[in-house]
Amino acid sequence: MTILGQLALWLALLLSAWGAVVGYLGGRRGDPALIQSARRTTYALMGLLTVASLALVVALLKNDFNVTYVASYSSRNLPTAYKLSAFYGGQAGSLLFWAWVLTLFAAAAQWVTGRRYAYLLPYVAAVTSVVTLFFVSVTLFGANPFERLDFTPMDGRGLNPQLQNPGMVIHPPMLYLGYVSITIPFAFAVAALLSRRLDVGWLHAIRKWTLLSWVFLSVGITLGMWWAYVELGWGGYWAWDPVENASFLPWLTMTAFLHSVMIQEKRGMLKRWNVILVGFSFALSIFGTFITRSGIISSVHSFAQSPVGTFFAWFLLLGGVFMAWLTWSRWDLLQTEARLESALSREASFFFNNLLLVGMAFSVLWGTVFPMISELVRGTQVTVGPPFFNQVNIPIGLALLALTGIGPLIAWRKASPGHLRRQFLAPVGVALVVGAVLAARGMSDAYALLALVLAAFVTATIGLEFWRGVGARHRLHGEHYALAFARLVGRNRRRYGGYIVHLGIVTYFVGFTGAAFKTELEASLKPGESVTMQSPYGEALTFTHLGVSQYEALNRFVSAASVEIQRDGERIGILTSEKRQHVDSFGRASFEPSTEAAIKSDLREDLYVVYAGSVDGTEEAVYKFTINPLVMWVWLGGAILVLGGMVTMWPGGGPTDRAAQRALEGYRTQLAATETAAS
Amino acid sequence: MRASHKVLLAGALVVGTVGFLMASGIKETGVYFLTPTELAARVSADPSFHDVGVKMGAKVVTGTIERDVGTQTIRFAVTDGQVTYPVVYRGLAPDTFTDDVEVVVEGRLQPDGTFRATTLLAKCGSRYEAVPEA
Repeated sequence: MTILGQLALWLALLLSAWGAVVGYLGGRRGDPALIQSARRTTYALMGLLTVASLALVVALLKNDFNVTYVASYSSRNLPTAYKLSAFYGGQAGSLLFWAWVLTLFAAAAQWVTGRRYAYLLPYVAAVTSVVTLFFVSVTLFGANPFERLDFTPMDGRGLNPQLQNPGMVIHPPMLYLGYVSITIPFAFAVAALLSRRLDVGWLHAIRKWTLLSWVFLSVGITLGMWWAYVELGWGGYWAWDPVENASFLPWLTMTAFLHSVMIQEKRGMLKRWNVILVGFSFALSIFGTFITRSGIISSVHSFAQSPVGTFFAWFLLLGGVFMAWLTWSRWDLLQTEARLESALSREASFFFNNLLLVGMAFSVLWGTVFPMISELVRGTQVTVGPPFFNQVNIPIGLALLALTGIGPLIAWRKASPGHLRRQFLAPVGVALVVGAVLAARGMSDAYALLALVLAAFVTATIGLEFWRGVGARHRLHGEHYALAFARLVGRNRRRYGGYIVHLGIVTYFVGFTGAAFKTELEASLKPGESVTMQSPYGEALTFTHLGVSQYEALNRFVSAASVEIQRDGERIGILTSEKRQHVDSFGRASFEPSTEAAIKSDLREDLYVVYAGSVDGTEEAVYKFTINPLVMWVWLGGAILVLGGMVTMWPGGGPTDRAAQRALEGYRTQLAATETAAS
Repeated sequence: MRASHKVLLAGALVVGTVGFLMASGIKETGVYFLTPTELAARVSADPSFHDVGVKMGAKVVTGTIERDVGTQTIRFAVTDGQVTYPVVYRGLAPDTFTDDVEVVVEGRLQPDGTFRATTLLAKCGSRYEAVPEA
């Protein structure tokens, strides 16, 4: 089977080079035969990469340990689900996975994009072919999953136990889907530049793609947080680790892009900015893939060091030069069509939103690469850690949260003071009341208090928007409130879906404030002994050590330690944390022991128990107890965000042919008007 | 003042604030990352360097790990092949902390030559690779 996979990759290499050439020429000359060929190449690449991927999956499922990759990441006693996840659990496989997903997206883009954007599609095929060419080359020449050993081991080394977790089965593919799907909006941007048709068309064509990749990224990042939280055992979900940052960076620029495209669609402004943003988002997604693989920055999430780093560095460099030239040569075509009319307008609020998001991205990037920069400049590595990122990003994050409430309510062009007063009186009132109540109940952390006050403010503005919309429908059409709500959302999906996404973001922020009140305690307890912690809510939580038990499971030996928990003297449950020693099918130890934290979650707080080991083989156990308030809100925020994204993306919500025509006409009139004004 | 000027001014203010936050953040929270050899050179050049918190990246010397589970104290030695420092760390060690792994310790070098670590990270370059066969 690996021969077939190998063959498919070589064919894909040749074909992607072909696709790049015919795509470009087809777009340039408008020759139907070339255009047809470019489109078919995209579908063929999808077929070839699917074959290559299947070949690897079959090798994994059949325990073909003669294949280096299978021997390195799988073993006989690995559960089947994890054998499948071993496909993207290692370096070489994950690159193949990237390429495969890319060809799926590229084919889908050719398939679903409407006819009126057909002029862009050959160029899009060219761009996706070039990116495919890159990933297939890396897979073939840098890290080939089909390489064979010159002998066949009896068993594989198995998958790292930390990857043997349901979150890990879905977290990397989600993140990859996010990373990879940015290629599509990027390809359309390049296509628009190449074709010199820089009207709003390409933005309409990628509307759903942009949101889709943003939702994938959000879900991927959130699942990554969840995995780190339940699996790494340090009691947190975000450590500003380079790989976490790498996933956060394109998320930030894509968030900025999602907002700034609206200004271009409505007002024809920020065209250059949009092209640059989508270019940077793509570069950052490649950069993220790069730093998880190159080992240039050490991280808990990273793969081993390997030569593929050089490939990525060259790709980024050449791509950057090309994009810079392309944008520069079309600079005049990207002229703005309108001027800002007032500092109090939707446009201005979007401008600040973008500035803050990009500022945040820049600071995160700077902090991530600072060790390298300081070494180059001063000869000594200086590292920055979570204190730096928190110090910079918390204020920016709070400013963004405030804008989340303010922006959507400000009118386009120019807002009047009276209108603003009407919009914001009630939400500000709600926020002040929430702030007063929290302060009176003894919340002393300034940032947390501010975050919750702003969260209340934003929630109130969103609530008010829904309330007004539903009320208006109820009065005008005499609809029942539930029906009015459904129709309101259904007929303005982009707007109300957006509000739901904002609500999800607010929920994340509420979860983040909990981190300010995290409480930890380490203790060594004999059976029957207990310790008591003061929870941030002022309750006494008592942990009593019950004992340690040992048993054997499918592919591991387990030591499990249990504690009984009481809240203010009332028993609320038992938590069992495990120390696992994974073994291969001959019973030999593989990997270092791993820790399974025990977690009891509710909306108020998480109780997080880690069994760190026993004292000299007795039943005296060393524990780390953590009280993590509001963590569940982070996961809840993720769920709300996905819901909002789905509402917005649901088929049929996009511009109909007529609507698009109208938009285009408006755009032409406006252009004519500006020209008249200029002359 | 024109609207666009107002907005640009406010934008410059935002950019300035972000820049200031970054500069002060690096100044206040940046930590030197040194090898044992570099640390030894720094300290001999300037004895007051003992009071500066640093991160040190080195390998654990095989056979030197002593764990006292009761007091949760771990003693071990790290080396970069040239200079070796004894390290004392109080707390829970990560799962990957064993003989010969790369670690990053953050803390201060005491005048008696012991490195007192407040954090201990086992930096396993091949964390997602299997342990090589012995």
